[in-house]
Amino acid sequence: MGDRILMQGNDAIARGLVAAGCAVAASYPGTPASEILSSIDRWRKICGATMHVEWAVNEKVALEIAYTAAISGLRSAVSMKQVGLNVASDPLLSAAYLGVTGGFLVVSADDPGPHSSQTEQDSRLLAMMAKVPVLDPASPAQAMAFAGTGFDLSEAFGVPVMLRPTTRVCHAGQDIDAPPFLPPVREARFVKDPARWAATPVFRRELHDRLAEKIAAIAAWPATAPIRVNTEGSPARAVAASGVAFAHARELIGELGISDRVALYQVIQPYPLHAAFIDHLLETYAEILVLEESAPVIEMQLSDRQRVLGRMTGAVPGTGELLPEIIERLLCRFAGLPVPDRAPAVQGGGRRPTLCPGCAHRSTFYAIRKAAPAGIYPSDIGCYTLGINLGAVDTVLCMGAAVSQAAGFDYAHRLSGKQVDIVATIGDSTFYHAGIPPLIDAVVQSARFVLVILDNGTTAMTGNQPTPGTGIGAGGETTAAVDMEGLVRACGVRFCRTANPDQIPEFVALLKEALLHAREGGVAVVIARQPCAMVARVAGGKEPGAIVITGECTGCRHCVDRFECPALVFDEAANRVRIDGMTCTGCGVCVHVCPVGAIRQDPAGEKPS
Amino acid sequence: MSADVGKPGAMRQQIVLSGVGGQGILFLSRLLAEAAIACGFPVLTSETHGMAQRGGVVVSHLKVGRFDSPLVRTGRADLLIVLKEENIALHREFLADGGTLVVNAPVPTDAGPRVRLHAIDADALALSTGSPLAVNLVLLGFALARVGGGPSGGLFCTAGEIREALTRRQGAGGARLAAAVSALDLGIAHGT
Repeated sequence: MGDRILMQGNDAIARGLVAAGCAVAASYPGTPASEILSSIDRWRKICGATMHVEWAVNEKVALEIAYTAAISGLRSAVSMKQVGLNVASDPLLSAAYLGVTGGFLVVSADDPGPHSSQTEQDSRLLAMMAKVPVLDPASPAQAMAFAGTGFDLSEAFGVPVMLRPTTRVCHAGQDIDAPPFLPPVREARFVKDPARWAATPVFRRELHDRLAEKIAAIAAWPATAPIRVNTEGSPARAVAASGVAFAHARELIGELGISDRVALYQVIQPYPLHAAFIDHLLETYAEILVLEESAPVIEMQLSDRQRVLGRMTGAVPGTGELLPEIIERLLCRFAGLPVPDRAPAVQGGGRRPTLCPGCAHRSTFYAIRKAAPAGIYPSDIGCYTLGINLGAVDTVLCMGAAVSQAAGFDYAHRLSGKQVDIVATIGDSTFYHAGIPPLIDAVVQSARFVLVILDNGTTAMTGNQPTPGTGIGAGGETTAAVDMEGLVRACGVRFCRTANPDQIPEFVALLKEALLHAREGGVAVVIARQPCAMVARVAGGKEPGAIVITGECTGCRHCVDRFECPALVFDEAANRVRIDGMTCTGCGVCVHVCPVGAIRQDPAGEKPS
Repeated sequence: MSADVGKPGAMRQQIVLSGVGGQGILFLSRLLAEAAIACGFPVLTSETHGMAQRGGVVVSHLKVGRFDSPLVRTGRADLLIVLKEENIALHREFLADGGTLVVNAPVPTDAGPRVRLHAIDADALALSTGSPLAVNLVLLGFALARVGGGPSGGLFCTAGEIREALTRRQGAGGARLAAAVSALDLGIAHGT
């Protein structure tokens, strides 16, 4: 066991991809998929592989880059979270028709729960819609193996293949023996065939026919056929499970001692479901329980559902994660055992997430409420969604929507003759990802709002990946950097100013100026530029003095409620605020927040320890 | 925990670690997982990432021995290590009957019946050494001293095996390793 190392699921997927000869990998970060690309780059360096690895501006661009390598004969992969697949769905559906010549894997990580996502959507449904096969790993080790299987499948049939891990695979860790790395011996070679690569609708119909034939053949491909993992006796009941639901079921069937009562099958490839497996299940078993996350993809392909229990029949909960406690109850009921009354641990509750101590977003949100107290505050996806705690985030829809929603609020209220201050917030990475087209649109339509771009120089929420403005690539190499102010002005914005939000009084004044401009007709952009506190902490930097609370504190709670820094703790017994030395970074911004000036920076004091 | 610990094939231990973002829960669970692998045990972990890490509740599951699922079910944990006292209410139910709760708390709290409780003010200890970020290792050291490690103990590995895992993680001889080991030892000293 000496060679076994702890690998996170995302790390294992990355290792599997590099070991299988992936030459081009692109991604946009998103939980739970973020670590895949950074791991690919780490394995690339360790293995000495020749690869192009990049953080793309968004998932659509990432997919198109990787796909194009695969029609040039190389193996390639794109990774993203499930909502990122929505962004990339346009090229995916078309790519399924055109096919590939080199292996092409689309890794789309789902988040049943959801733990860190807007939706619980099932990427396998999108695979079904696109007509691409999808593999559903149950563990990190399996996810690593499926990367190789996926490339083989992709090349055997010339189709894109989806690998669909979930949070419990991506962020599970397991002892794994890393496979050897064999340097690929291919070179890129694009063979021109306009009837295929640039197919017009006439040819698309033919390509669709060919895709349907491929899918039928893939439903008989031996390497991805379902496996029965317990072979005791000839039970009348069967469980067909995929992904981590299979892992839970396997452990539970062992612990409950019902292996002779229930046959357990792992479905490796939920779409297309193997035709022979469908026949076998329906011919052999009196009752079939389907366990899968999060949509009934396997279940709906069972042609006769008279004896099938699953999400469609209501036997399995229709929403939420299939936690092992839930599966335990389902299996007990299915096998005729007493059903335990133990419920899963309550999800949520406890301390809510907040912006980090020292985070400049806190200053920005505080200033926005000062400058536009009656405003509407559209926001977006990132750490700064936590501005909701500060009452400065009213809407969060999807990546980039802060800008279009700001415009939409203006148009809607204008129709009713109302003048409202609208202050939208969007992070730098999200702005590059999907904020530019709606900004152009807003300029053209003379929308009246202030857009605050929270430029902390990083994609913080997902683990500090670089943005197009950072000038650093996925492997730490220097890249070209986009000039944000130049980009904003090129979109047609006439008011574009940059400031440090931690200087709260000056920043409030700037926001008021921007609001005046917006009211007169036109988008105003304020770039709130201050490095991410997490990055600054790692990098070191200024040695702040101690923050002290003087005897003047009246216990009014203004700083606790409106500024919500984790380092400001309200002492109920003493009816005053104290500083938590465990978390205070000494940034000193709270000094501006106290209405009676009871928070002071003591430059002679020691740095909080 | 099974009665015949000592035989690697028989080892089955389920541990839940609970805290809030920034307390080093991920580090602690990975350290324990690496120690388990070095002892020759299979291991499965489950971590919290993303939004929840921003100071919110973080929980890690660690299963040492032969398991398939990465999650510990409620009522199944042999050991629950709580770095933020207020999380006891959230995660107490993971503990098995007779399981052990090790908590970072200034005074022993009420954890209910059939729980073996060990409490220590790890925050204060870590602050006293000038390294507030070491609170996770202080608590782990304390837990090791209280439940015992290795084949006959309440934890699958010994303090020595944790030190070796720390060395593999942080490289021998560095200042970070020295600080980490001293935090672990501080916890052990207070638990002995």
